[in-house]
Amino acid sequence: MEFIFGKLTLSSLPHEWFTIGGTIAMTAMVGVVALFVTRAKRWKWLWNEWFTSTDPKKIGIMYMIVASLMLVRGAMDAGMIWAQQAISVGSSQGYLTAEHFQQIFTAHGVIMVFFVTMGFLFGLLNYIIPLQIGARDLASPFLNTLGFWLYVAGAIMINLFFVFGGEFAATGWLAIAPLSELQYSPGVGVDFWIWSLQVSGLGTLLGAINFIMTIVKKRAPGMTLGRMPLFVWTSLFAMVLVVSIFPILTATITLLSLDRVLGMHFFTTDLGGNAMMYTNLIWMWGHPEVYVLILPSFGIYSEIVTTFSKKRLSGYTSMVIAGFGVASIALVVWLHHFFTMGAGANVNAFFGIMTSFIAIPAGVQIFNWLATMYKGKLRFSSPMLWFFGFLATFTVGGMAGVILAMPPADFQLHNSLFLVAHFHTMIIGGALFGIFAGITFWFPKVTGFSLNERLGKYAFWCWLIGFLMSFVPLYVLGLMGATRRLDHYDASTGWQPLFIVAGLGFIILMCGALFQIIQIVVSIKQRKQNLDTTGDPWDGRNLEWSTSSPPPFYNFAIIPIVTSRDAFWEMKKNGGMKERPKYEDIEMPKNTALGLYIAGFVFLFGFAMIWHMFWLTIVCVVGGVICVIIRTFDDHTEYTVTATEVAKIEARLRKNYGEVKK
Amino acid sequence: MEEQKKDNSVMLGFWIYLMTDLLMFAVLFAVYAVLRNNTYGGITIREIFNPPFVLVETLILLTSSFVCGLAMMAAHVQDKKKTVIYLITTISLGLIFVGMELYEFSRLISEGNDWTKSAFLSSFFTLTGTHGLHILIGCIWITILLIHIAKRGLTPSTTRKITLAGLFWHFLDIVWIFIFTIVYLMGGGA
Repeated sequence: MEFIFGKLTLSSLPHEWFTIGGTIAMTAMVGVVALFVTRAKRWKWLWNEWFTSTDPKKIGIMYMIVASLMLVRGAMDAGMIWAQQAISVGSSQGYLTAEHFQQIFTAHGVIMVFFVTMGFLFGLLNYIIPLQIGARDLASPFLNTLGFWLYVAGAIMINLFFVFGGEFAATGWLAIAPLSELQYSPGVGVDFWIWSLQVSGLGTLLGAINFIMTIVKKRAPGMTLGRMPLFVWTSLFAMVLVVSIFPILTATITLLSLDRVLGMHFFTTDLGGNAMMYTNLIWMWGHPEVYVLILPSFGIYSEIVTTFSKKRLSGYTSMVIAGFGVASIALVVWLHHFFTMGAGANVNAFFGIMTSFIAIPAGVQIFNWLATMYKGKLRFSSPMLWFFGFLATFTVGGMAGVILAMPPADFQLHNSLFLVAHFHTMIIGGALFGIFAGITFWFPKVTGFSLNERLGKYAFWCWLIGFLMSFVPLYVLGLMGATRRLDHYDASTGWQPLFIVAGLGFIILMCGALFQIIQIVVSIKQRKQNLDTTGDPWDGRNLEWSTSSPPPFYNFAIIPIVTSRDAFWEMKKNGGMKERPKYEDIEMPKNTALGLYIAGFVFLFGFAMIWHMFWLTIVCVVGGVICVIIRTFDDHTEYTVTATEVAKIEARLRKNYGEVKK
Repeated sequence: MEEQKKDNSVMLGFWIYLMTDLLMFAVLFAVYAVLRNNTYGGITIREIFNPPFVLVETLILLTSSFVCGLAMMAAHVQDKKKTVIYLITTISLGLIFVGMELYEFSRLISEGNDWTKSAFLSSFFTLTGTHGLHILIGCIWITILLIHIAKRGLTPSTTRKITLAGLFWHFLDIVWIFIFTIVYLMGGGA
């Protein structure tokens, strides 16, 4: 038995309220979806049209759906944290045990960074990048589906501890050693953390390689580097960062698992292990990672500001250089996360100064956006509101960051709620607002109809007010001395009122999320009134608006020829799209299920490693390798769409538009 | 034209992959550099280092890389027979290398110096073992390529695959040179 199931025994199955609850909730959700799909007889459609698809547009939508689900999951964790902190004071111990509370904030951090923000980013990149550079697909459609399914496998893995094992890592989102070593965390929680990150990290790495290949090699004729939209630029920088740092993550947590599984001594407290090395390595990955989250959002803001000001971006070149500056400085600031390590005054001074430098390129971008709006024809549609919300919060958060960058101040603020407030300002106010702005902006392109404006504005105001209410008290609490990750504090501290305000702020935040859900439902119901018949609802500037909404599966019937920046804007001005098109045959990638199968094997491999079922790991390696071999023997990965078919599809698209217009 | 374009982007993608792999090795090297003196009273690199043995390992790997280069050249002039012979030689040399490394490992383990004994030994086994694992993967990869060649001959697609495998092999060779220098010569030489 032990050979077959490893460490997995009956006592690993759910027996606590939250594991039973989680298991029931997940089973019920999957059950309802499965029932719905079965009743609608859509399984085959789901498999053929979606699961095995290599179309970046469909993969992008699937990323967004998974990321949204994970956002709900991560937000539940956040709510539990705030509720505990609001009531667990003095003699009251709150409703969570300390151990459980630790697991919750760990899961919250991991989910929000890896599965929400990264998921949304890859979703947007998948959908928008090929359209913006005038390409029909990515450089390697196969790597793309593989990367997506690895991401999904990681997302499942991180929720699986509800069913098997019943505990997640209680170590904080980076599982700092030696706490994460076997000696102090003997359970499977840390192993679930390791393998969900390994699996999804591999997917991220493959995705990034693919996007670099795509952006470098698949741009439309005439689109020189200097004519690329800013979103493409910042995404490129983010992807270059990913390939520079994710290998470090993979290597570091591999070393941690070697410690845990084979009894090695990299980060242990005995036999010569060096725990601070873990902290160094994980932050060499961890710090640039937050810039991976924010950089594409910078690009989104640039797209939105230019479109809603009807002006060219001012300082295009300086924007690109600023993006590059942010990406490169990001690689040399990791030590500011642990000034207290005691590396010495000179080392701390270097990292402190480098960290402060980041404010310069960030400032350049903010001033360029302001200059772009200056004397522009501003429209205050909801994407623009998200931008203004970002501008205010991000500036405040950035200032807090500069304060934290000073080693003397950091010795006081280190590990306090001031820090927690700072990075939430950057990630929510910076990255997440950008993602929401991007979703609102490109929604008509994806679905063919716009989102309800009024509900979008309600959602925005709830998010902004709720966000300020939840996090401004945390800045204050941090200065009052409240440390992060507190599950209990003394009544004499006088912190409780502020914690309660923060908790109320969370409720307002959730109202914002609720408005967003209502917004999508209402917009789908009223789609007839909000149809985008032109493919260009905002009077856009880049190539994604030159094709229909939603775009045909091949994106462009004829690959556009780019002659300047803001390519579509120039075309519109010159009336260049008028002449009758002459269609040609198009080569498109075939669907493949192999990406899904390989990800399945990788998932099982991780699961087997968690439970020490070593026979299963071998089966998975063999299975995965066979899938790869099958793929290398398949020379017919593409099919041809003939010119007449293209003409038919284009004619139908145009006819549909015509009918709606009448 | 289309094929050429695809070639280019695959090549770029593969180079980026190699760089990510190199970064992984960089982490392992850094970790080794930090931990190499943390022997905790156990065996040191000086006692592990057996110059003739490691030199033979190095020469075998360098030769395999040279032969792999010959295979790439043969493939580019469409000489199927030579390509196959050279590739088989490459794999054989690679397997001999892995065998020698395993022999060294098993000797260390049988003497009681396994990876649980000190941080130095952990990092030593991990760094050299990761390289060995890569060589093994390279051998499996080239074996699959041989099946490709047997079934289809030297089509542009197989030639491209041989080029990629060759790049991978040379890359491992370079990593080994660093292991040879940093782990063995700098640790055991002086």
